[in-house]
Amino acid sequence: MREDAPQVCWFEEVRKEDVALVGGKCSSLGELIRAGVRVPPGFALTTHGFARFMRDAGVSGEIPGMLGGVPHDDLGRLEDVSQAIRAMIEEHPFAWELEDAIAEYYRRLSVRCMVPAVPVAVRSSATAEDLPGASFAGQQDTYLWIRGVDDLLHHARRCISSLFTARAISYRIKMGFPHEDVALSVGFQKMANSYAAGVMFTLNPGNGDRSVIAIDSNFGFGESVVSGEVTPDHFVVNKVTLDILERTICNKEITYTVDLKTQKSVKIETPFERQDTQSIIDEEIIELARMGKAIEKHYGRQMDIEWAVDKDLPAGGNIFILQARPETVWSEKRAKESTESASAAKAASAMDFILSSLLTGKKVS
Amino acid sequence: MKFPDPHDVKAQTIPGTEGWERMYPYQYQFVTDDPVRNQYEKEMFWFHDGLHYPEPLYPFDTIWDEAWYLALSQFNNRIFMVPPVRGVDHRVINGYIYISPVPVKNPDEIGSRVPHFMERAGYYYKNWDALEKKWKVKMEAAIRELEKLEIPRLADMEDIAVVNDAIGESKGYHLLKNYDDLINLGIKCWQYHFEFLNLGYAAYVFFLDFVQKLFPSVPAQRVTQMISGIDVIMYQPDEELKKLAKLAIELGVDGLVTSSQEWTEVEAALKKAPKGVEWLTSLNLSRQPWFNVSTGTGWFHHDRSWNDAMNVPLNGIQTYIQKVKQGVNIERPTEQVRAERDRITAEYRGLIESEADRKQFDELLGCARTVFPYVENHLFYVEHWFHSVFWNKMREVAAIMKEHGVINDIEDVWLLRRDEIKQVLWDIVTAWATGVTPRGTQTWPKEIEWRKGVMQKFREWSQPPAIGTAPEVIQEPFTIVLWGVTNSSLTDWAAVAEVKDPGSVKEFKGFAGSPGIVEGKARVCRTVDDVRSLQEGEILVAPTTSPSWAPAFAKIKACVTDVGGVMSHAAIVCREYGMPAVVGTGHATKIVQTGMTIRVDGSTGVITVAR
Repeated sequence: MREDAPQVCWFEEVRKEDVALVGGKCSSLGELIRAGVRVPPGFALTTHGFARFMRDAGVSGEIPGMLGGVPHDDLGRLEDVSQAIRAMIEEHPFAWELEDAIAEYYRRLSVRCMVPAVPVAVRSSATAEDLPGASFAGQQDTYLWIRGVDDLLHHARRCISSLFTARAISYRIKMGFPHEDVALSVGFQKMANSYAAGVMFTLNPGNGDRSVIAIDSNFGFGESVVSGEVTPDHFVVNKVTLDILERTICNKEITYTVDLKTQKSVKIETPFERQDTQSIIDEEIIELARMGKAIEKHYGRQMDIEWAVDKDLPAGGNIFILQARPETVWSEKRAKESTESASAAKAASAMDFILSSLLTGKKVS
Repeated sequence: MKFPDPHDVKAQTIPGTEGWERMYPYQYQFVTDDPVRNQYEKEMFWFHDGLHYPEPLYPFDTIWDEAWYLALSQFNNRIFMVPPVRGVDHRVINGYIYISPVPVKNPDEIGSRVPHFMERAGYYYKNWDALEKKWKVKMEAAIRELEKLEIPRLADMEDIAVVNDAIGESKGYHLLKNYDDLINLGIKCWQYHFEFLNLGYAAYVFFLDFVQKLFPSVPAQRVTQMISGIDVIMYQPDEELKKLAKLAIELGVDGLVTSSQEWTEVEAALKKAPKGVEWLTSLNLSRQPWFNVSTGTGWFHHDRSWNDAMNVPLNGIQTYIQKVKQGVNIERPTEQVRAERDRITAEYRGLIESEADRKQFDELLGCARTVFPYVENHLFYVEHWFHSVFWNKMREVAAIMKEHGVINDIEDVWLLRRDEIKQVLWDIVTAWATGVTPRGTQTWPKEIEWRKGVMQKFREWSQPPAIGTAPEVIQEPFTIVLWGVTNSSLTDWAAVAEVKDPGSVKEFKGFAGSPGIVEGKARVCRTVDDVRSLQEGEILVAPTTSPSWAPAFAKIKACVTDVGGVMSHAAIVCREYGMPAVVGTGHATKIVQTGMTIRVDGSTGVITVAR
């Protein structure tokens, strides 16, 4: 990495090639922004900033000694070392320039969001090259509803320290991966204070129809939809013409919302009179579908997308994409089918097609 | 799926209509005295042809039903040898027509028809454009022959020319002969009507089928949009109105043209102004053939053409004059329509995964686009132009019947079957030749009064949408595409509890004809004459619409019809104007009343009534 690489940067300044700088999660958010997709704004402590912290904290220097000779399967000793390293990290302040930079970015983020000390999600964003098997990248630490510079810094340190759980250390020893080469980025992203949220597929998950976009939606945060705790409202939108083809309004008994006292997400019962009402309006459905179409086009494949409608922001700029990943079920099924049938399939002349269709007829009952 | 037994339905004769069967051809009756035919009728699936006949059929109007009974069936079964289907059989109950596709059941027979079908249908598909050109020539010749056909009055003394030119024939004979010619021309024109239509629909329906297999959620309207023509002849009458509106402004006679809603008054005023005369000359050029467009579907004697009801096109011209003066662009956005058609086609094509499917799509799309102009254009020639002239020729025949006292009113003629009219004409000409009174003067007026009463009772009857036994598979292309007989429509029909109390319905469904959602005040227009009362921004609710309704679409913001599919006029026009349409709702004009607020969802086909 270049010496002049930034220690802190905005999401919109990175793209998907910047995994080494800001990790997979933050770089993919940057990529979405570049694709013209609205994602909740935020910034990242880069791997460069991370390295600086590790040097300042003296951790970089001490770790090799602390870990020297510990076998990867001695869980008792690993646990002791892990706790020592993590305490060292979490207790150590950032260098004042770095602290200043994070505070300044946070201030500007709050201004952008028009919310004083805007609540953010603090997440570790792993660099895939360093940590194959991304599933245990810093244990995917995510802290929600974090406000104020001190709390931001504290949780950033917790993200970093999660690189040194006993399990992560054990894995690296086993794989022969030098601990000093470990790198991590931390993302600070505005909490989508969602009025409604859910998921969207750029195909019909029921039948694989690629000409539609399927949207599931409930009031509050998307957790209720992702976890399957409610039967969400379901909309099917024509991908080509962006009109709503199907609309199923369900009884939605629960909502996830923020508890203002604890600043944590809580599950509440949806007010009775809202349970059977449509959770997002038609304009939002169409806007979402338009975003889904753009994301699919940008990535060149069917996508599985998490989204939210923010209640802090005015209509027209309040729909956000939280995450986008490739859809796998139908894509894999199709890939398999197409290799199986590639040689057999050939277009029939219109005449032959009409004849065979006439002979088959239409099943009506 | 089981529907009511046809013989049970027929057995419940409406009191006071006993003997109604004599108003229709005898072969149209469901029978109980012929065990073989009775069994066949029980086993077949009969559905009400509400698409063409939302109302009970007048005895004379049965002519077109018989004409297509013959023509559709012969082209399927005897000319193109469509392998698995024969024709479409017809019956009548209480004036309502029930039809049933007849399959070929023996697999060996189906197999032996295949090579013939490939040769014969293949010839038409391959030479489509050239054959369609020939069709136009044949069709226009038939219309010209019809226009020239003379329906002679019977003079007390024949003209001296009969003697001097040694003609050797009387007007009495000419009347009989020309009546036959008139009927035969009508039947011939319906022969031509089906020459291309079966194959055209087959190409369309299987392209639709293919696209729906690739994309199960694709709305039929979008597939239709991919193959619809841009320069469709049915738009021409409306184009003429726009042209005349602009010309009126250009000549400075727009004030005169808009001076009254009565055509006769407007015409008189224009005749007094030199520029007005110039405008009238242009109008007369437009009238032939374009004002032969019917104000209805053209299927019935009461569907008058613009030429018959000049107030209708006048109202259209006035609307356009007003729009132009408000600075509204009244041109059809053909470039946008074409660009949108191409965009939609390209996007769907781009979503196709496999190369083979994409090739198949191209192949079928090409074929469907070749055949589709005929599917759209034949309507003007047959149902509008030919029929409009035909009905008026029949009124000339009726005028002679009235003159000789057999009927009291010209419009009574429709209560007679066409073969009964032939008998009446024999009665008249023999009585005229002999110098006595036709016997019919005493019998027909009474019979006609009784038949009028019967027709009224028929209108009040609720016809079941389907009777008999539904098959598992339908192969007849018309049945699928035109009448929309599908699994879901059958389910709806089976579930249809006749709307007993239209006032209580809050929501009902039709076919999604053109997408979008609109809420607004409804205006129910039962005939095109009611279009005048439409206010800007209302939602039009109509039994059905036809090209002569076109000016109405410049005012409204959505359209709902009782009858029609995604290829119906209302759906096509609304797609062009980019406003929602729900078509084929069955009962919209019964449920909705003028002034009600309704919500039209043209994407799902749902109408919500706010009460």
